[in-house]
Amino acid sequence: MPEATTPEDGDDGVRIDLISGARMEGLASMEKIRLILDSVRDGDIVVLEEGLSPEEESRLIEVTMTEISPDDFTGIEIETYPKPDSGGGSFLGRIMGKDETAKKLTVIGPANQIQTLHKDENLITALVSRK
Amino acid sequence: MGLLTNLRESISGLFSESEPKRIGIYGPPNAGKTTLANRIARDWTGDAVGPESHIPHETRRARRKENVEIERNGKTVTIDIVDTPGVTTKVDYKEFLDHDMEKNDAVKRSREATEGVAEAMHWLREDVEGVIYVLDSTTDPFTQVNTMLIGIIESQDLPVLIFANKTDLEESDVKRIADAFPQHETVPLSALEGENMDEVYAKIAEYFG
Repeated sequence: MPEATTPEDGDDGVRIDLISGARMEGLASMEKIRLILDSVRDGDIVVLEEGLSPEEESRLIEVTMTEISPDDFTGIEIETYPKPDSGGGSFLGRIMGKDETAKKLTVIGPANQIQTLHKDENLITALVSRK
Repeated sequence: MGLLTNLRESISGLFSESEPKRIGIYGPPNAGKTTLANRIARDWTGDAVGPESHIPHETRRARRKENVEIERNGKTVTIDIVDTPGVTTKVDYKEFLDHDMEKNDAVKRSREATEGVAEAMHWLREDVEGVIYVLDSTTDPFTQVNTMLIGIIESQDLPVLIFANKTDLEESDVKRIADAFPQHETVPLSALEGENMDEVYAKIAEYFG
């Protein structure tokens, strides 16, 4: 997030990046994953307005695994609203072309700093702690 | 030489329909994937696939058992079973310390576990032709990993069966799993006790035959 200002040293707040769908739209899959993981590894929380495609989620898990290291980075916590019908959509939807991203708000953070307290179709409640 | 190679490829292409399908056994850690893989392999080949354990991430490499012939209702289905490491988005070596493991061993196990998860994701994208998704029916199925993995499987249009495992335990709640993924068939079973395996094999033959 080059445009964002950096907190002063000693500021122990938690930074949250709210990334619009428009900003993600122009990025390649690996650029999106890099953007997310670079922020999360810095201890930031990332909120994606429109989420990732299943293929990108798969690669996010894979790349996250390659970056885990003891006493440094233990992985990510990721939450999206469950789809009302996670069955790949209706027949009509399928023949018209599936929207794989389904524009789902997604919250991603460092596994050791974010804990999901509650999740249902309409609400995600998370507890975020400082590093 | 090139001609011979082309001929061989053409001939093998003619018979590709009869080649065993690679069926990946997926799910979160400790759902009983290896117990199920061993149950299927022992029932039909006499051999096991790999060691089972209550400690998470016992399976840290994808393991394939080839040419497992399953007979049901006069029909024979031949599949390769691919037992995969449990998928997660986080691995902390400290959780292994709770299982009386030394730090060095715990760190080594966590490193192998992360490699295994990455490997499992690669297999899912590239190398499996059907999925058995195993869930522990005593735990909440509404997790992000389950939601994401089912979404990934659906996006690839792979045939998938959901197995609600551990029905031998009192807290088992198969309906909760069926309600979580109503778009897929849920089959209850206890891989450990061998409960409901007739239906398991009938569904494997139906879905992957």
